[in-house]
Amino acid sequence: MERQVQRLRQAFRSGRSRPLRFRQQQLEALRRMVQEREKDILAAIAADLCKSELNAYSHEVITILGEIDFMLANLPELASAKPAKKNLLTLLDEAYVQPEPLGVVLIIGAWNYPFVLIMQPLVGAIAAGNAAIVKPSELSENTAKLLAKLLPQYLDQDLYAVLNGGVAETTELLKQRFDHILYTGNTAVGKIVMEAAAKHLTPVTLELGGKSPCYIDRDCDLDIACRRITWGKYMNCGQTCIAPDYVLCEASLQDQIVQKIKETVKDFYGENIKESPDYERIINLRHFKRLQGLLEGQKIAFGGETDEVTRYIAPTVLTDVDPNSKVMQEEIFGPILPIVSVKNVDEAINFINDREKPLALYVFSHNNKLIKRVIEETSSGGVTGNDVIMHFTVNSLPFGGVGASGMGAYHGKYSFDTFSHQRPCLLKGLKGESANKLRYPPNSQSKLGWAKFFLLKQFNRAGLLTLLVACLAVVAAVFIKASAKPSRSPRPQLASCLERRDPDVAKWGSGKRDLCGAQLSCQGWLRPNPKLQGSRCLFGVQIET
Amino acid sequence: MTVGGAGPRMLLCLFNICHAMGSRMDPFEEKLRRLKEAFKTGKTKSAKFRAEQLRNLSRFLQHNSKQLRDALAGDLGKSALESDISEIILCQNEVDLALKNLQTWMKDESVSTNLLTKLSSAFIRKEPFGVVLIIAPWNYPLNLLIVPLVGAIAAGNCAVLKPSEISKNTEKVLAELLPQYLDPSCFTVVLGGPEETGQLLKHKFDYIFFTGSPQVGKIVMTAAAKHLTPITLELGGKNPCYVDDDCDPQTVANRVAWFRYFNAGQTCVAPDYILCSQEMQERLVPALQNAITRFYGDNPQTSPNLGRIINQKHFKRLQGLLGCGRVVIGGQSDEGECYIAPTVLVDVRESEPVMQEEIFGPILPLVTVRSLDEAINFINQREKPLALYAFSNNSQVVNQMLERTSSGGFGGNDGFLYLTLPAMPLGGVGNSGMGRYHGKFSFDTFSHQRACLLRSPGMEMLNDLRYPPYGPWNQQFISWAMGSQSCTLL
Repeated sequence: MERQVQRLRQAFRSGRSRPLRFRQQQLEALRRMVQEREKDILAAIAADLCKSELNAYSHEVITILGEIDFMLANLPELASAKPAKKNLLTLLDEAYVQPEPLGVVLIIGAWNYPFVLIMQPLVGAIAAGNAAIVKPSELSENTAKLLAKLLPQYLDQDLYAVLNGGVAETTELLKQRFDHILYTGNTAVGKIVMEAAAKHLTPVTLELGGKSPCYIDRDCDLDIACRRITWGKYMNCGQTCIAPDYVLCEASLQDQIVQKIKETVKDFYGENIKESPDYERIINLRHFKRLQGLLEGQKIAFGGETDEVTRYIAPTVLTDVDPNSKVMQEEIFGPILPIVSVKNVDEAINFINDREKPLALYVFSHNNKLIKRVIEETSSGGVTGNDVIMHFTVNSLPFGGVGASGMGAYHGKYSFDTFSHQRPCLLKGLKGESANKLRYPPNSQSKLGWAKFFLLKQFNRAGLLTLLVACLAVVAAVFIKASAKPSRSPRPQLASCLERRDPDVAKWGSGKRDLCGAQLSCQGWLRPNPKLQGSRCLFGVQIET
Repeated sequence: MTVGGAGPRMLLCLFNICHAMGSRMDPFEEKLRRLKEAFKTGKTKSAKFRAEQLRNLSRFLQHNSKQLRDALAGDLGKSALESDISEIILCQNEVDLALKNLQTWMKDESVSTNLLTKLSSAFIRKEPFGVVLIIAPWNYPLNLLIVPLVGAIAAGNCAVLKPSEISKNTEKVLAELLPQYLDPSCFTVVLGGPEETGQLLKHKFDYIFFTGSPQVGKIVMTAAAKHLTPITLELGGKNPCYVDDDCDPQTVANRVAWFRYFNAGQTCVAPDYILCSQEMQERLVPALQNAITRFYGDNPQTSPNLGRIINQKHFKRLQGLLGCGRVVIGGQSDEGECYIAPTVLVDVRESEPVMQEEIFGPILPLVTVRSLDEAINFINQREKPLALYAFSNNSQVVNQMLERTSSGGFGGNDGFLYLTLPAMPLGGVGNSGMGRYHGKFSFDTFSHQRACLLRSPGMEMLNDLRYPPYGPWNQQFISWAMGSQSCTLL
């Protein structure tokens, strides 16, 4: 394993992964892989989760194609240096923020969307110019094996590698040093990953889960709300990290909701759900048992049938659920939807805020103000109003958790940023050293005034204008003085007076030193204002005529 | 019988006493609870509150500039100019920038939608994390506490501030005066050394911002992992400074010397060592001597412009480093004053301590390399530094250095001037840290970017395509709807 990481690091050090052209080629190869091997990919996902190929396509493959297209279209823009605003001190220099790759990154996927949760981060890692090791979940073994076979056929083998294995291998893998780790999975393992990362000071993105609440307001089209919730909850047999975990609503709505979800389930999956090609199964026996346990002692409004052999659990709704019961203590991650009644939206908000911050939050209401209020007064990774899941599909939105539901975000541009270091660069010339004198010791009071002037000026148009006016005033003053007393000599130009400490100027001026070391205070017309020191924003000069 | 009856009650009593003692021994619990409650009320979220606190912070800086300067002089022997330009002004700058841009930064950021979500509004809400912890070091004890604080306030968080106990004069000013200006229910200053900090880190925060050494950074991150707390780590490292043959040695010497000896070398972004050719070294040493004499006079110990080493421990460490290689400039030290002269070392071997650890003092080793390639290899074999500097008249040399290395920040032909630009992020990479701040970056650091999508409650017909039972047409339609746009569907 160590050798593997070493090999990738060597390849990264060669700089091969950096040119835009190379990244584009790899992304194109990835797209080719998805297109050419679509059948194999769909079959592997189908085998892991008993998913119909149609579902596999729309749940997983389509997302990746969209992401690759986005990256290819936007890569030149994303990878370009962003110019930074300058202040007076750096006005003549080049200042920009350059995104650069981090190095060798590790991507650990989860089993519930075994393809997309590996591939989507990988697209970001490649786009940002990194080398990457991906570790698919061992629980979705068909997809894991397929990725290990396909990725090396299409991608540069020295830069991208697939490692398969279980807990022991992952533990070993985490001992290696990476430049970034993106982990998708559960909170407990998230902590382990971050602790392992801390040993090498590796930054992490943790995509965890949580109980995503779904509040249904009284003022809402229940038919539509229930249809959308049914879709999002039972998709992938409830094994979706952003699925609505439980419903919060007023007690009076409960029966209607149950009825409508029941009808929708029939619409979607037919009379005999077991036969429906659109309904998946639980990933393994352990999770099946866990879910069975959650049903114990609950009031089942409908569903509740289970079949251990095929790991089938029917779409289930629980009513009058006690917030202290087990089903409300852990992320359900299965086709079980508890309904918890609350008196009003205030109680719902409190209910949500009393728990860990969820990955997603859903609110259904005709009343936009209410939706905004719920958003305002709660926190969650993401929010969709009047629908579920859909914020995930918009890749102009960052996808990620907060608090117990994770840290960091990805998708689209955010993936690129996650796998990039934003390096600030300031490029100066070696000329104009005299202008630097202001910052070198020995220090003086007037230097202080000038330092303030240069540092405090946010360079904006108003500031520029003030400066211009000041300069003009100085020039005019010099000119007037000069023409008024032609007999005085020598009469150096203001420019040279600013430029150099001319011994003649020293005599001619009143002798105040300025920060350039030049004799600037032409008879006191221009001098640092002592009153202004220590205060904000000063222009630091005062004009007298 | 009686014993049996009293047993549990006594145990309970004992437990209560222990518990009470426990909370008395943990001075932070009560403070944290108060801050969490204040955050829950939502009072920190309004723009008005944030602006008010920022203005108060500004007032703190203005009213107490003398005390602050004195404290900084007491801790680090900083001259007034150094205190102003590296601490007070930069803090003031950040406050002003945040006040000016607060409304813009806080605004929801609208983003484009795809065809499937065309009728919805998609935006990113910037929301505060909650109670954040800011741990500052002693080398810029004011700047490195206040600048992150500006971001935390602007983003609407409550904050626990932990100034360094080593810079004790500044710590005192901060602990006594800062709370008078900020809302005490939302902001608090806590004091203590490593032991107290360890205790503090056991608590759950919503964000931790740490500036310090990589070793402690690891401890902080490990502690943060227990609560899944996101972190920014601003660490240090050995910042290389490459000097090409094609440049004016005096100009380079001026710039490098100033940045190296600023704050007596106790700057995390200071150039740590010079990489140059043997010929350049011969031209550079007299130029450095010249610069040092001009800046600090013939006897730098009497110069008011040269700082002192923070404490005996660091003084001893630096004294030890003076024995590495050969001293060509400086080398004097005075334990009584914690004074170390601006020093230049040559003939330094890579294995010597001065090339193994971050120097963090007024000592500048010169290491000779034969070529640019060798310099780049030298840099890449080591941990990624916080900053990297390259000097050359030839922009290709500078660009090569930039492209073929990695570092937190990069300065071409100058020192850490980029720190004065709030539009530039400050932050490390690899061993020099993670995350970034300054200006808008601070605001973003302390904000959770919450993805929000508001769909119309109607138009259900349009959704039918995503609902089961699925036929081939669903797939085709979805593909088409997503196709051209930058979008995806689950």
